[in-house]
Amino acid sequence: MTPYSPQPSAPLLAIRGLSKAFLGVQALDGVDFTLRHGEIHALLGENGAGKSTLIKTLTGVYRRDAGTVALEGREIAPRGVEEAQRLHIGTVYQEVNLLPNLSVAENLFLGRQPMRFGFVDRGAMRRRARAVLSGFGLSVDVTAPLGRFSVATQQIVAIARAVDMSAKALILDEPTASLDAQEVAVLFGVLRALKGRGIGIVFVTHFLDQVYAVCDRITVLRNGRLVGERRTEDLPRLDLVAMMLGRELEAAAHRIAADPAADTQAGTDARPPLVRFRGFGKARSVEPFDLDIRPGEVVGLAGLLGSGRTETVRLVFGMDRADRGEAAVDGRTLRLRGPREAIRLGFGFCPEDRKKEGIVGELSVRENIVLALQARQGWLRPIPRRRQEEIADRFIRLLDIRTPDAERPIQLLSGGNQQKALLARWLATEPRLLILDEPTRGIDVGAHAEIIRLIERLCADGMALLVVSSELEEIVAYSRRVVVLRDRRHVAELRGGEVTVDRIVSAIASEPVPAGPEGAPA
Amino acid sequence: MTLPLPGPAPGLLRALPQYGALAAVLLANWLLFPDFFSIRLQDGRLFGSLIDVLNRGAPVALLAIGMTMVIATRGIDLSVGAVMAIAGAVAATMTQAGWGLPAVLAASLGAGLLCGLWNGLLVALLRIQPIIATLILMVAGRGVAQLITEGQIVTFVSPGLAAIGSGSFLTVPMPVVITAALLAVTALLVRATALGLMIEAVGVNRLSSAGAGVNTPVVLVAVYVWCGLCAAVAGLIVTADIRGADVNNAGLWLELDAILAVVIGGTSLLGGRFGLLLSVVGAAIIQAMNTGILLSGFKPEFNLIVKAAVLLAVLLLQSPALTLLLPRPKGARPPLGPPLGPPLGPAKRESGSVKP
Repeated sequence: MTPYSPQPSAPLLAIRGLSKAFLGVQALDGVDFTLRHGEIHALLGENGAGKSTLIKTLTGVYRRDAGTVALEGREIAPRGVEEAQRLHIGTVYQEVNLLPNLSVAENLFLGRQPMRFGFVDRGAMRRRARAVLSGFGLSVDVTAPLGRFSVATQQIVAIARAVDMSAKALILDEPTASLDAQEVAVLFGVLRALKGRGIGIVFVTHFLDQVYAVCDRITVLRNGRLVGERRTEDLPRLDLVAMMLGRELEAAAHRIAADPAADTQAGTDARPPLVRFRGFGKARSVEPFDLDIRPGEVVGLAGLLGSGRTETVRLVFGMDRADRGEAAVDGRTLRLRGPREAIRLGFGFCPEDRKKEGIVGELSVRENIVLALQARQGWLRPIPRRRQEEIADRFIRLLDIRTPDAERPIQLLSGGNQQKALLARWLATEPRLLILDEPTRGIDVGAHAEIIRLIERLCADGMALLVVSSELEEIVAYSRRVVVLRDRRHVAELRGGEVTVDRIVSAIASEPVPAGPEGAPA
Repeated sequence: MTLPLPGPAPGLLRALPQYGALAAVLLANWLLFPDFFSIRLQDGRLFGSLIDVLNRGAPVALLAIGMTMVIATRGIDLSVGAVMAIAGAVAATMTQAGWGLPAVLAASLGAGLLCGLWNGLLVALLRIQPIIATLILMVAGRGVAQLITEGQIVTFVSPGLAAIGSGSFLTVPMPVVITAALLAVTALLVRATALGLMIEAVGVNRLSSAGAGVNTPVVLVAVYVWCGLCAAVAGLIVTADIRGADVNNAGLWLELDAILAVVIGGTSLLGGRFGLLLSVVGAAIIQAMNTGILLSGFKPEFNLIVKAAVLLAVLLLQSPALTLLLPRPKGARPPLGPPLGPPLGPAKRESGSVKP
């Protein structure tokens, strides 16, 4: 690692007047941003505020329309992540941009492998990889393919690679989105150590707790403009939310602060369940479980990462085929043979991995919204174009999906808006049971509150909801019942007044959980 | 947002490289051969170089129609040339054996459907990569065709079958009529139903589509079956035209021309948005070049090189990398615009020769 030689005259990174427009949408409008040596600087804002655009424009993934970027007083214009890295700006994205089928060591040293007699010196590479990673508190088999490790480990490997390639400025785009609390703590330890070495860190996140836990300074963007820069200790949480949301603050803050107990009265248990699972499970995925869901009920699934939450909902939707137990819908026993059958039964499913399993990126927002409805009707009964437009426009208005129009390819929308479009896809089918896997992951405070409000409205309309979330406060806020999972097993079911964060945590922690940063093989 | 976005009916702006290239090639032909555009009516049938381009381009255009949808699902069908040979062999052998025209047509087209079904099942159910799955039939298909003809070049006398290759309908050569009809039927099938949307959805993201309830195996099997049918029609036309089945040469290397026509037409090998008409325009561009090179009297050695150069130019015009370099009207294309055809065709052309 390069010795650190500060030049106190200039800030580490000075961005002035950066602008970028896409197809007439001003994604960044004259934004200033300053990163100093040895600080962790949170970059915050709602979806579509311009955080990702700022990072991609700064590193040259997008060409900037206007503005300057100076590193320690010297103006730079990298034309991509690799060139930015050579200029000492390391970037680690939310979706780790390493190669899952290469080994950990190869990923660390890709393109700069230690050589000996003109050949890659694998021994030296392994040794150095182990040394580098132990500096990050990670001891893993560096010869194993990176893809076998948890996202947390991959994240730390990506950071280690960036830092080891002499980064002075490190940009982390939502590094904690897929991590559990323990992994976050490990990561923060790493960040603090890096800060102590004078490295400046830009930290993009949606978790305000984490901002206050680790960041020295906060810059807030809204709608592509700079709202302001503050020292963390000078900015109370409410003011921060106000900066992020602007005028929308009051309603959203009210929702977030709403008393969770109000929604948790169990009173519908007399009604026959809509779906009923008995001994339902799949080998090497989830242990057999029992689960009833009644109309109008919100059931939360809580547990640590890898506890079997996602596996459970995938079985319920038929994405994975259960190999034991039975399922009944409306009292009729049946086999769930796949998503098509589940959709016919009135199920809908927003998967955890929006990009890979949710959106159809190149197609328009309209086509994405009508896809499930159209698939259920069959190809022979096409939904007329005008009707498609009506449906799309209705949901764009209803869910406040921010897009210039319904014909924009969905991949050009921000994450929160993609998520809303996926919700719209299922709402268009008028489902009886909607399954949401991490509906608010990677989504900002504003959209977050909107989605929670939407969840509450939907179940008031008689729709049943099965929701997976890592955010316990959120689960407590809308669930009448919470199923707690641990180690791929349903370990507790809390109902009514039992649904509190403390009870969930104690259910999760009732036995020692063997989990480390190396996590389970993916 | 007033710009034409890629969609079922691609805007003229987006199709500019294709129509521009076609115009340029036709213009070049006219400069080399001033009579190029002259058309005359003789014995109730149109004649002329332009008609010739359409007529001779018909088999590749037919293949390109089926291939477009296969490629839109992020697949590829290498077997279409071999399927042409099989369909031709079936038609010639049965005709020689005295079967009537309806039975011959049904058996020949049926053979094509069966071949497509085989490919589709390998890709959709066994999840074999399309390039490998269809390679099996590409290799084995000519063997099958040889078994049908018992290794002979089978010739036949049947005015009815021959009319498919050399007849005419309302003065237009039959192959052109058949191609236009199949294009219309296919377009109706995918655009008047929701099939087109599903094909594109499967091509862009098979997992997401399956999760949204799209019956991905059925969509995949359907496009390969249709591709097999298109290939069988092309095989029939070629066999009818020469009044015989030459299984070693019928449709040889035409799968590469068909893929090229699709790519020139702007459908990405990465799947997704497709344009049937533009693929046919792509086939016309290829045939117009073949004809032009013949007319010009260049040495045959030049042919492939000239062709490669022209194709490279068309593909460069579509290259996303190049569009970023060229100054464009403001906001003419989003930086994350749909991927257009990667320029891999021309390099391939030099090894895979085409009989003009």
